[in-house]
Amino acid sequence: MQNNEEIETKEITLSMGPQHPSTHGVLHLLLDMKGEKVIRAYPDIGYLHRGTEKIAENLLYHQFVPYTDRLDYMCGMSNNLAYVHAVEKLLGIEITERAKYIRVIAAELSRIAGHLLCIGAWALDLGAMTVLLYAFREREMVLDLFEMICGARMTHNYLRVGGVRYDMQPAFREKCLEFADLLPRRVNDYEQLLTENRIWLKRNKGVGVISAEDAINLGMSGPILRSTGVKWDIRKDAPYLVYDRFDFDIPVGENGDCFDRYTVRMEEMRQAARIIKQALAQMPDGKPCVDMPDVVLPPRMEIETNMEALIHHFKLVSHGFKAPKGEAYSSIESPKGEIGFYIVSDGSERPFRLKIRAPSFVNLQAVDTMCRGGYLADVVAVISSLDPVFGEADK
Amino acid sequence: MGKGGAGMGIIKSPLEGVVQFTTLDDIVELTGRTAAALAKTTGVDVVVDSVVNWGRRSALWPMTFGLACCAIEMIAAGCSRYDTDRLGIVFRPSPRQSDVIIIAGTMTKKIAPAVKRVYDQMAEPRWVIAQGGCASAGGPYNTYSVVQGTDLVIPVDVYIPGCPPRPEALLYGFLQLQEKIKKEMPSVFARYEVKA
Amino acid sequence: MTIAPDSILIKNIKERFGPSILDTIIFRDEVTHLIRKDSLLEICGFLKMDSELQFNFLSDIAAVDYFPQRPRFEVVYHLYSIPKKHRLGLKVKVEDGEVVPSVTSLWNSANWAEREAYDMFGIIFEGHPNLKRIYMPEDWGGFPLRKDYPLKGYKDQYNPYGEEKK
Repeated sequence: MQNNEEIETKEITLSMGPQHPSTHGVLHLLLDMKGEKVIRAYPDIGYLHRGTEKIAENLLYHQFVPYTDRLDYMCGMSNNLAYVHAVEKLLGIEITERAKYIRVIAAELSRIAGHLLCIGAWALDLGAMTVLLYAFREREMVLDLFEMICGARMTHNYLRVGGVRYDMQPAFREKCLEFADLLPRRVNDYEQLLTENRIWLKRNKGVGVISAEDAINLGMSGPILRSTGVKWDIRKDAPYLVYDRFDFDIPVGENGDCFDRYTVRMEEMRQAARIIKQALAQMPDGKPCVDMPDVVLPPRMEIETNMEALIHHFKLVSHGFKAPKGEAYSSIESPKGEIGFYIVSDGSERPFRLKIRAPSFVNLQAVDTMCRGGYLADVVAVISSLDPVFGEADK
Repeated sequence: MGKGGAGMGIIKSPLEGVVQFTTLDDIVELTGRTAAALAKTTGVDVVVDSVVNWGRRSALWPMTFGLACCAIEMIAAGCSRYDTDRLGIVFRPSPRQSDVIIIAGTMTKKIAPAVKRVYDQMAEPRWVIAQGGCASAGGPYNTYSVVQGTDLVIPVDVYIPGCPPRPEALLYGFLQLQEKIKKEMPSVFARYEVKA
Repeated sequence: MTIAPDSILIKNIKERFGPSILDTIIFRDEVTHLIRKDSLLEICGFLKMDSELQFNFLSDIAAVDYFPQRPRFEVVYHLYSIPKKHRLGLKVKVEDGEVVPSVTSLWNSANWAEREAYDMFGIIFEGHPNLKRIYMPEDWGGFPLRKDYPLKGYKDQYNPYGEEKK
């Protein structure tokens, strides 16, 4: 009995479930597949939705800063900065020069930490576990620096409305300079392991290609948009803090594939080290917080000796400050893209509505365009190169 | 010489009296002294229990259920600086091959059925570690979509507080779990097996 | 950089769509136009295609609940132009139960942003290819970010601190 029918490949839906052994968190990807080829990819998110925006409507402006840490937990201080920048824009206050330089250093260190984890996890997903261990060796150094400046490794709660919480000590400055000198050599080590590696090239070059128009249409920003050739970086086009005083380059890719996203991130780490060195050299003396008793908490030591400081502290912690009625949207360049906060204030001390524009939420829309026509193994490379963080994608 | 532990005399180990690793020498001593006496009176087989517990706790293979920020500290605990491999802890991606599940991060109502399903797929003996404030009791998120603690879904053995707990805290949590396993009595369960 | 009243962000749009623009707010160097719901698609098309404005990037769509004012909701669009480097905001007021035209045909990034506005507030977008819930489970009842929805949710097996279901 011969079976002469043609062999057909049925189309199935594979659920790359919310729990999978990659470090990217809870992503549920529904893949319509024919054999090994992916026809369509639907990301299903919401498995880490914690209601951060609704919590913000019930808290004072000061009290919300720790929740912003938990958004993009790989690079803590960038989201702190985005929120505090938006509140300061709403209030219309200017912070001191020293605070601006400290914030730049914190943001660039967060960028390095975030990219290190991205590259490490990407290499681990594709089988190169050594790079993860090396990347974490450097990341532990960055976390040591964070611990030195604010006491916490990951969820820092360091930036405040009106400045930063603690001043930078000279010991931190030395260690930071040492690290900024060391990092470019270590990045060269990673490049030696990965960039000319045949397996890495085969799995990443030509995979997950997206054109510049599609990327702009889908709302991509950050390294993903820059890998397609569009040179847009908020630090250069609408400089916030003191980025216009530094000399740094914006790496841009050509093809918009996974390999270009990798090279863009490696180069960004080097440029971040360059910015840190310049910031440490140019840093002025001064106070870490602007001198506005109605908005900024007084330094801890003063509370024990000065009566006015105690009264201000009590009033700010129990009642908070009132923001003027109005709305403000402000965005900064986080390691993943454009992170923006839209705050609507009705004149009271709690935000009336706080909307977070999370880059990972928007970047995940591109998974479908990038995965179509590719193999299942390419889906892993694409997701790792998009670097989604579910704390902010699901809020 | 002989026993492991603080032994050298002048410098007292900070772990003295708190956590002691059982070595084979301890088990040999236990066998000599108490085994025969106890087996006669209580029926609990100390030797079998000690050896079985030692085997189970020295090679705990966790399955990572990394949900949120605590997952990053769990990965850091597994990397070179706070190595978990020296305690026998090897991270496995599948529930069928693991002994302990670490719930690291905020559990939301949407993912709770998936957690239950994964827990059901684990083979006994199995333990659960709830890492972090969110997994222990909901953390700072008392909202409409967050489960207020993993123990509303699956039974938990060790709670590790912190937001996120440092990698050393996670390692201490593992050591506490090992202490808990030391006190188990698998021989008692074997005795009450139902015969067909 | 303060916005002058004759900047192109205000002048060009007011010249062409005068009656559809109900209000213009300039606050902290940001321009926001409050427009009529039925001229939304036309204005957005003009903003994208015009050679002086070229708003090719939709940053975000936010929805705000002003309960108990009527109309209850406000949908805010944040636009950015990558070649020209300027930003603009558009606002549309909509009542509970009315529909808003979807801008997915102009900017694809509106796809998930509008799904989120639907999931959290219940605002229906007409012409959206796939208007389903995105954060909450498919069978969830109610719209969480509305002002009359409790923060701790309703009491169930997972959250003993919620309010009692009425």
